[in-house]
Amino acid sequence: MIYLDNAASGWPKPPEILEAMAHFMREVGANPGRSGHRLAVEAARIVYGTREALATLLGISDPLRIVFGANATEALNLALIGLLRRGDHVITSSMEHNSVVRPLRALLRRGVELSVVHCTPQGLLNPREIEAVIRPNTRLIALIHASNVIGTLLPIAEVGRIARRYGLLFLVDAAQTAGAVPIDVEADAIDLLAFTGHKALMGPQGTGGLYIGPRVALDELEPILRGGTGSHSESEEQPGFLPDRYESGTLNGVGLAGLGAGVRYLLEAGVQRVREHELGLTRRLLDGLARIPRVIVYGTKKAEQQVATVSFNVEGMEPSEVGLRLDEEHSILCRVGLHCSPGAHRTIGTFPEGTVRWSLGYLNTVAEVDAALAALASLVESTPE
Amino acid sequence: MPGPDGMAVVLFDSVQAAIQAEHAARAEGIAAKLIPVPRHLSTDCGMALRIPRSEELQVRALLERLGIAYRAVRAL
Ligand SMILES: Cc1ncc(COP(=O)(O)O)c(C=O)c1O
Repeated sequence: MIYLDNAASGWPKPPEILEAMAHFMREVGANPGRSGHRLAVEAARIVYGTREALATLLGISDPLRIVFGANATEALNLALIGLLRRGDHVITSSMEHNSVVRPLRALLRRGVELSVVHCTPQGLLNPREIEAVIRPNTRLIALIHASNVIGTLLPIAEVGRIARRYGLLFLVDAAQTAGAVPIDVEADAIDLLAFTGHKALMGPQGTGGLYIGPRVALDELEPILRGGTGSHSESEEQPGFLPDRYESGTLNGVGLAGLGAGVRYLLEAGVQRVREHELGLTRRLLDGLARIPRVIVYGTKKAEQQVATVSFNVEGMEPSEVGLRLDEEHSILCRVGLHCSPGAHRTIGTFPEGTVRWSLGYLNTVAEVDAALAALASLVESTPE
Repeated sequence: MPGPDGMAVVLFDSVQAAIQAEHAARAEGIAAKLIPVPRHLSTDCGMALRIPRSEELQVRALLERLGIAYRAVRAL
């Protein structure tokens, strides 16, 4: 079996992650924020260790500026719904995932104004077009770091500089890049960074979070959830400090134990090395796809301009048919269709039929890429136009 | 309630700040240990950082340098 669906969830996981989770379940198990006994302290230490590892990975100076939640979707909802009020203007791109688009649509109905900057069919964004739509009431620029459909990287550092120049906040959806591409929230001028644990960060599903930078006033970022935090228990008001203000309810301790192990695995390997490995695989994949007749590849077709996610179609075949036959006849697992991103597919010209998406991770090998290419070639050959 | 001789506790708002402080203090070689907040001091989060009283100034300086918010330091 060849797993090429890492943009949906990374799999398999290195054994360190499973061991950390089993350790938490067997030996720790207590609530990471609610008591002072030794197991509670140990659970809180494990959660803190995950914050610290993520802070190191992402160039965050204070680990307590990371708030944990269930996934990137929750983090993006917190950032968008928590921050934007009637009369605020927000700028985004045409490549965004529904986890940004749908909260923004809901905010539109509450009187928030929205500008969508169009990317090229290759998914490229011209930062000057962002600058051109800034208004006096612009509050936020929200941008996907790399497309989950075609992998194209967006110029976040340049957009970050524009945001700073105009005094705007900058939210980055790093669901597809955290762990796969070097990120530095300070160098890239990012104020809010949403990440998910279960993709390139090597952690389990049900983990993710939001980095909240010092330019975000906490009293202007409303929590989505309010409740028990283990702190200020005498008060019936939500605490105002990080991370408790945005971490009501018991955290996913076992999940965060796994995520911490995943991030430490990446720190040990080095994200630059991860990136180089994935670049090599992507180049090989793009070269191979270009040689198979009737295969149309989307995106820039340049590995350096994207993450290890490639979308294509086969002339004369539906994406769903290609996906099913890859699974049934060749044991190649991938995702077909619209990938929760109708706007991105409109941008690249593949709405509503979608594409076949092969998304690779650090644990994929050259041999798997070659086998997948050979399988696709034989599938195309055996199917008349 | 008398505590161990010559000890103090640092009280925090957030459990995660208490953990951060323990981490930083230990890295400086200070014998710091997280304990349940003594009831007579009872503030908020369930954990406090016990330190030798002789190291109080060093710990305060460390927390301020690292920007770790704490509520108070109390003798045990
Ligand atoms: C670009 C992008 N943003 C957000 C998400 C949402 O991530 P999650 O499903 O973990 O919340 C995904 C993945 O599904 C994604 O690819």
